[in-house]
Amino acid sequence: MSGEHKPAKAYALHLAVLALLFALNFLLPAYHHGLLARIMVLAVFAMGYNLLFGYAGLLSLGHAMFFAAGMYGAGLSVLHFGFAVPLAFLAGIACGALLALVVGLLALRTSGVAFMIVTMMFAQVFALSLIYFAGFTGGDQGLVIPQPARLFGVGSATIDLTDPAVRYMAALALFAVALLVTLHLVRSRHGRVLVAIRENEERTRMLGYDTFANKLAVTVVSGAISAAAGAAFALLFGYVGANFAGVQYSILPLLWVLLGGAATTLGPLLGTLVIYVITDTASSFTSAWLLIVGIVLILLVLFFPKGVLGTLRARWLGWLP
Amino acid sequence: MAFGPHLLLALLEGLVSAAVLSLTALGLSLVFGVMRVVNVAHGEFFMLGAVLAWAVANALGGHPAAGFFAALVVAPLIVGAIAWLSERLVLSRLNYDPESTIVATIGLLYIIQQLALTFYGPEARPVTPPFTWRLSLPWFGYSAYKLSIVLFSALLLVATWLVLTRTKAGLIMRATQYDSETAQAFGIPVGRVYAGVFALGAMLAALAAVLIVPISQAHYLMGHDPLLLSFIVVIIGGLGSLRGTVVAAVLIGVSDGVISMFFSPTLAKMIATLAVALALVFRPQGLFGATAR
Repeated sequence: MSGEHKPAKAYALHLAVLALLFALNFLLPAYHHGLLARIMVLAVFAMGYNLLFGYAGLLSLGHAMFFAAGMYGAGLSVLHFGFAVPLAFLAGIACGALLALVVGLLALRTSGVAFMIVTMMFAQVFALSLIYFAGFTGGDQGLVIPQPARLFGVGSATIDLTDPAVRYMAALALFAVALLVTLHLVRSRHGRVLVAIRENEERTRMLGYDTFANKLAVTVVSGAISAAAGAAFALLFGYVGANFAGVQYSILPLLWVLLGGAATTLGPLLGTLVIYVITDTASSFTSAWLLIVGIVLILLVLFFPKGVLGTLRARWLGWLP
Repeated sequence: MAFGPHLLLALLEGLVSAAVLSLTALGLSLVFGVMRVVNVAHGEFFMLGAVLAWAVANALGGHPAAGFFAALVVAPLIVGAIAWLSERLVLSRLNYDPESTIVATIGLLYIIQQLALTFYGPEARPVTPPFTWRLSLPWFGYSAYKLSIVLFSALLLVATWLVLTRTKAGLIMRATQYDSETAQAFGIPVGRVYAGVFALGAMLAALAAVLIVPISQAHYLMGHDPLLLSFIVVIIGGLGSLRGTVVAAVLIGVSDGVISMFFSPTLAKMIATLAVALALVFRPQGLFGATAR
């Protein structure tokens, strides 16, 4: 896509962002510290979404189900089966990946508008089943994961995920891993095939690539990353709830990615950060934050379809991954 | 009540929801058929129709019938105007690109919903039905108003069908649907046709909402279920096919009424949604023939 390849510059930028986030742990006041931890986890969700939407060009309107699958996979295995935290986290990711595999096998038979509607409907079924099986899932009220269940030992040390600094570092670690995985993936051969599919699927198939297998693979990876965000959210903030499976949480990652820049590795973080800060600021003087979401969405598609980083890349910074 | 009358009641209730649903879904189907735009804000036009009906009936006061019939005219017109404006200001500038228009209509959905919450509030409010006769059947009394909804919807459906097949405006719409470029070459103002169709689709949803609001209630979140059900109907009926839409609406409306009377409504919705998603995966042209593209 970009004319010039400067991997060193790209890696340096990403490491600088991570270093900045690390330094902010010591600089931010308590409230913003907690907020940024939450934003990093949600940015991971956005990165998972971006892989499918930005790079492979598949607009899913049902990603909340993968986030919620991770959230419930982790939360319920702690609450009902007494899993330790690391195992619960892995269980959450496995749930999301499995769900993404099933949904992908079915939904990828369609394309375009039908794909959007099918993913939306699967997510709807998932959300309804969370409410229907309220005895197990807590339904609308959700479930709280108590503090003792969020402790775990590594060697002789005990890690307490309710401690703000630990929580921040855990969120940062997850974010760093997801960022580096994304960066590696989109620079790989598979990543380029995905972009080729986005630009012209017929031609890619004619060149001998198995487009269905590539799309299925990225759906599973995208679902797994989104689920990792959901699982981390449940374990770090101690709550699972059916509202996280609702339509709104399928639209939000779309909004974050569109704003930050689809098919840019750092766009999801930027988009999540900006929207979160806007709605957080706005909610102190108006409850109408959905109005802002709506207006931003329309303005973005009308005037800014590439998002912030996408525009920067197109104009000046061709090396931006 | 014995099983027979119980089933009859369920069928009647199902028929009422089928009537309203077919109007709403027809609006969605027209917009998709002619413009190839999936209007996610369609449910909000429905909600706006109900909320405006309450506002009109409340402002007018007097006899319930006067307020209701005023609402039946005024609410769809206002909703149509809003839809027309949003088509001209937003959708037309996106060149009807499928992904951008979906995102834009999602934005529209949030804006309308939030404005309704701000100006109308979170309460659910009823509108008095224009008349309150009851039809006495041997087993139970049934509201004549509900039956009049079925009748009126049927009339509207026939009228829409006549407009589409027998008038010049309908011919122009069908020509635009068939091939917008050739239509443009023959001097049809395609942009204005699109704006008109978008407004018409929204007006059908608003009309359906005005009809239903005396028996349900106006609430700012009421647009969600009609949107989902309309999607289901339009997909089962085949995207853009009028006859299929009506058949599917009756099928879905009646079976939804019957299933949710005997089983949990959540379960009914789950099964219906899953069935439709699978139908879309394995039979994208819909169950009733007409090709999607």
